[in-house]
Amino acid sequence: MIETINLNKRFGKLQALNNISVHCQSQHSIALIGPNGCGKTTLIKSILGMVVPDSGNIIFKGKNIKKDYTYRNHIGYMPQIGRYPDNMTIGQVLDMIINIRSFQGALDEDLIHEFGLHQMKDKRMRTLSGGTRQKVSACLSFLFNPDVLILDEPTAGLDPIASEQLKEKIILEKQKGKLILITSHLLSELDDMITQLIFMQEGCLIFHKNIDELRAETGEDRISKAIAYILKNQKA
Amino acid sequence: MAYTLLLAIFAWSAFSLEDTSAKGVLSLLNIILLTVPLVSVLFTTIYIYNSAEFVELLTSQPIKRTKIWISLFAGLACSMSMAFLLGAGIPLFVYAETTLSIIMVSIGILVSLVFVSLAFFSASITRDKAKGIGVSIMLWLYFALLFDALVLFLLFQLSDYPIEKMMVGITASSPIDLARILILLHLDVSAMMGYTGAIFKKFFGTTTGMSIAFLLLTLWIAIPYLISLRIFRKKDL
Repeated sequence: MIETINLNKRFGKLQALNNISVHCQSQHSIALIGPNGCGKTTLIKSILGMVVPDSGNIIFKGKNIKKDYTYRNHIGYMPQIGRYPDNMTIGQVLDMIINIRSFQGALDEDLIHEFGLHQMKDKRMRTLSGGTRQKVSACLSFLFNPDVLILDEPTAGLDPIASEQLKEKIILEKQKGKLILITSHLLSELDDMITQLIFMQEGCLIFHKNIDELRAETGEDRISKAIAYILKNQKA
Repeated sequence: MAYTLLLAIFAWSAFSLEDTSAKGVLSLLNIILLTVPLVSVLFTTIYIYNSAEFVELLTSQPIKRTKIWISLFAGLACSMSMAFLLGAGIPLFVYAETTLSIIMVSIGILVSLVFVSLAFFSASITRDKAKGIGVSIMLWLYFALLFDALVLFLLFQLSDYPIEKMMVGITASSPIDLARILILLHLDVSAMMGYTGAIFKKFFGTTTGMSIAFLLLTLWIAIPYLISLRIFRKKDL
């Protein structure tokens, strides 16, 4: 569904993406992990067209994204830090994005209700806490029932109840056969959400594997332990 | 809002303080040529930087980048023009003759647009808000004050040579001077500008000259904006 071919991006001296080629197929839930500053967000932003790679191609559903911007209709994106116009209310922001997308189908408002955002539609964005903003971002990304969900640190800043609700929603969408890309540092959270793992380090792709494969290879049941095992063996 | 009010106060007081409307127009002209560019360029630059995150959010939605940038420009251009129209336009129409006010209002709006466009340019070349605002202020300072000083300096240095024709060309390279001359020529005070004024009158006074001047102002809007658009389309957010 999404394929990147030899993607390169350099920010000054830093090589943020070094020849990244990955192939993400639908019906998979893929975790993108790696240490801070390893290029996870840059990779996501290139897929979204927010960062223009120096070289390489990104193919979405068989089309190169350079020529066609409409592919973003099929993506729901939840940014790490969502920033919205301060003086708009939650309701206005939601309406505006619906307007921009000129979306016709049925809206997926589950999260709005679960988070209780419909009760505070008239609150201005400026007055919201960081966590509530994250909730708005999450709702926006799921609202249009997209084929691909890209979630950048979705649970960071959310309270335990909300992040549990969000996780359930992600699992539900996964079962519907959508492609889900998640970056996270909380490996323990990922266990029951994902089917594949992409590990990046300093702009390079280290591996891209199925979880089951990884578990079999390392003999560990939990992702965090499996990763630790691989890192140890790598150094040795 | 505050800007409209400020312009309105300036305009009304300019007309009520001076005994003839021509003098009122003159003082208003100076205000227009100093404050309008400054407010347009600063307000626009700050606005663009403040909405940077929001623009980022929009780019993740299925819209063309060109469209985002154009909408941003349209919104800012409309509000700046409206502010000018309400603030300075109404008193002008009340006190001055109609043709003159029409020309003055349209030139004022054009000047606002030129500086909105210059603000887009300076906001697109750097990510740093402080730098961007700095570039904007420099641009304003250059066009509003330094440029005149340079021209005067050139005039004195080269006063022995026939440079009047060249002056017309130099004027074209500053939107503010272009606007000033266009308005002055309609005020019958060009006699005060001596021989150069006569040349100006001969050149800009004709319909072709006028249209060329308007065209130049339009170019001043289009070129910085198009450059910024090119930059924005390839920018990393």
